[in-house]
Amino acid sequence: MEVTVLGTGCARCRELCEEARKAIDVSGVAASLVKVERIDEIVKFGVMMTPALVIDGEVKCSGRIPRMPEIVSWLTAAAARTT
Amino acid sequence: MSWPDRLPGAVAGGPEVDCRLTSRLAPRARKAADCGRQYPLGMRAVGRVLLALTAAASWWILYRSLEPFSNWLAYSFLSMADGSRLAAAVQFFIYEAPKVLMLLAVVVFGVGIVRTFFTPERTRRLLAGRRETTGNVLGALLGVVTPFCSCSAVPLFIGFVTTGVPLGVTFSFLISAPMVNEVALVLLFGLFGWRVAALYMGTGLIVAMAAGWVIGHLRLERWVEDWVRHTTTPTAPDGTVEPPSWAARARLGRDAVKDIVGRVWPYVLAGIAVGAGIHGYVPQDFMASIMGRGAWWSVPLAVLIGIPMYSNAAGIIPIVQALLGKGAALGTVLAFMMSVIGLSLPEMIILRKVLKTPLVVAFAGVVAMGILSVGYVFNLLL
Repeated sequence: MEVTVLGTGCARCRELCEEARKAIDVSGVAASLVKVERIDEIVKFGVMMTPALVIDGEVKCSGRIPRMPEIVSWLTAAAARTT
Repeated sequence: MSWPDRLPGAVAGGPEVDCRLTSRLAPRARKAADCGRQYPLGMRAVGRVLLALTAAASWWILYRSLEPFSNWLAYSFLSMADGSRLAAAVQFFIYEAPKVLMLLAVVVFGVGIVRTFFTPERTRRLLAGRRETTGNVLGALLGVVTPFCSCSAVPLFIGFVTTGVPLGVTFSFLISAPMVNEVALVLLFGLFGWRVAALYMGTGLIVAMAAGWVIGHLRLERWVEDWVRHTTTPTAPDGTVEPPSWAARARLGRDAVKDIVGRVWPYVLAGIAVGAGIHGYVPQDFMASIMGRGAWWSVPLAVLIGIPMYSNAAGIIPIVQALLGKGAALGTVLAFMMSVIGLSLPEMIILRKVLKTPLVVAFAGVVAMGILSVGYVFNLLL
């Protein structure tokens, strides 16, 4: 599974990265965390607000920092779908 | 796990859905036991409304008692002499600090809920293909209610212009979004009264509308970076994201309070402390000679000083407080504040990624002219 954080490198984006990392650890899902900082890459996701979180190519949220439990629920749902 | 997840209304899952269905199908009198331990929807809604009303009532009572409390604390409890400078400063701080923070919490909560109705996607749909003038007015107004963070300026810009929002309309939005915001308005209202807050909001909107209109008429589209024009942004089809429930909206509003008030309270306290100091000690006309109404050059100077400075609304308030308190003219101070919040060097450097230099310069120039006129108009009228 691929978890992607979209953000140009502001404090809020780093915070989202931290939450996502914690969520991956807690959920126990095998996932890689990628950070996309290039603006032309970010807009290809159709995202207008950063930070945004993408799981397996699907934009889960943008413009806010979801907290760890919420990310865990997305991760486990995505894991259940793939297996 | 954060505490809201344990609120009864916040629990998502099977039993709640079942409960809604049965309570909708069955008469209201049907026993709650049918839905297990959950209350029927009607009961829960009533409970939630009662809770909200109680919270609002206690907020109001607390808010109204701040002034008598601050007087009692300063003059009776600490037994400071009535009329002394220290007493005036202490009373001012004890009254203003909780007052402004309470106002801020309520307004940020309300705006947070309003913003759940205005996603950038929705705003873009409202603005796409708009004709100039109406588009500028709408763009500036939507800038107030659409959630915005300055680090999102570039993706928003691309998302707007590549889907048919005119350049000038996009700029109206991008100018008003950071400049006219709820934190600035609450602080201005709390510290200087509703007239200053309304003036700031009204003139901020006018600057955003007019500057966007001018930029649109200058036909500067060719100065947008080429790669932006060749970008096609995927847009989520309408209706794929279901609208949040009221419980979710309330939660988002509360998240906004935690996030925004949590970030700005030190600046707010600093601002009020500066205000308290001025209130008690500094003579009123200290700044009048250099930043007063008589000095015509003070407005352009304030704008020029403001551009390289970058601060959010909360950070600039202590300075505004100090300047106004020492006798600087209101128009000059408003121009300074708008220039710091609305025009900043870091923002222009970010925008340079999507705009060629002439357009960045035109943007800064047009907005600066708008702010300049605001400063002069106020100094003449007031």
